[in-house]
Amino acid sequence: MTVLQIAALAAVALLGGGVVAATDPLRQTLVLGIYGLALTMMFFVFQAPDVALSEIVVSTVGLPVMILLALRKIRQYEKERRNEHEEQG
Amino acid sequence: MSRTARLLLFGVGAAGFGVVLLYGLAGLPAFGHYQGVYGRVLDGIGVTERHATDLVTALNFDFRAFDTLGEEFILFASVLGVVLILRQLRDEHERPNQEEADEHQLAGASDALRALALVLVPSLLAVGVYIVVHGQITPGGGFQGGVILATGPLAVFLAGRYLRMRIIAPHTVVEIGDAVGAIGYGLVGLGGLVFVGIFFKNFLPLGIPGHLLSAGQIDVASTAVGLEVSGAFLVAWSEFLDQAILVRGPGDR
Repeated sequence: MTVLQIAALAAVALLGGGVVAATDPLRQTLVLGIYGLALTMMFFVFQAPDVALSEIVVSTVGLPVMILLALRKIRQYEKERRNEHEEQG
Repeated sequence: MSRTARLLLFGVGAAGFGVVLLYGLAGLPAFGHYQGVYGRVLDGIGVTERHATDLVTALNFDFRAFDTLGEEFILFASVLGVVLILRQLRDEHERPNQEEADEHQLAGASDALRALALVLVPSLLAVGVYIVVHGQITPGGGFQGGVILATGPLAVFLAGRYLRMRIIAPHTVVEIGDAVGAIGYGLVGLGGLVFVGIFFKNFLPLGIPGHLLSAGQIDVASTAVGLEVSGAFLVAWSEFLDQAILVRGPGDR
């Protein structure tokens, strides 16, 4: 195993823990994107460029877009609920 | 369940998992010592029998093309699910003033971001097309190129112009792209059945290894998958974007 491969594995392990440790969903999404980049590097240094190409787009654009939009929708929904509550009370 | 009971349950589970994991790891072949027979056989015949220099794409779209058919319809079905769940319900409506959504709602987009998007859109599209059509020669292929292609229109949204994105990539067009790609991939398989007698057996000329039009069905299948994947991602993103930006529930005025 080369130094690069060990470094990539370590980065994946650290950032994987980081995703779990991040509590705020918004920050978690950003850490998830960086974790995806680490996975991409890992696939690349383990000579799987095909997988790395899929991973880089899906993990840094595809998935975060969906999560961020869902978070935005939830926030809107909560705001509407709060407004209704104030109108009634 | 009390906290102690939960911790106890976790402790037992983690210990059991640890034992099985260590046992499994101890039985692994040494790092870099691949022992699969099938892989070695395929490694030798990718270029000689299929004229494809990227073995991964040759595997996906020729040797194991039938598996890819399943994977492709997993994506197709999951996107259908997204469309079904995120459809507009009876008491929801799109925001009436669409100009507002276009110009003001996403006012966070700075000039620098817009300039960046202007560069990103054509380059993402070019890289996407390149990766799709060179699948059999270099790393990449239908799936990878398809996702990159889909991010092209998304960069228009990045510039704060969601409704422009809907003009460039309208729902109907991306849905048709998704469907045509899925059908096209199936047709490649049927072509094998009709012309050679075996589903997904190559029936196209193999050409010269390393050339753009080579490796028989792989290039055609890769293009079909590229179309399907970019359509699928755009359909899913559009549904999410519609919900987050345009659709309002009954309580909102």
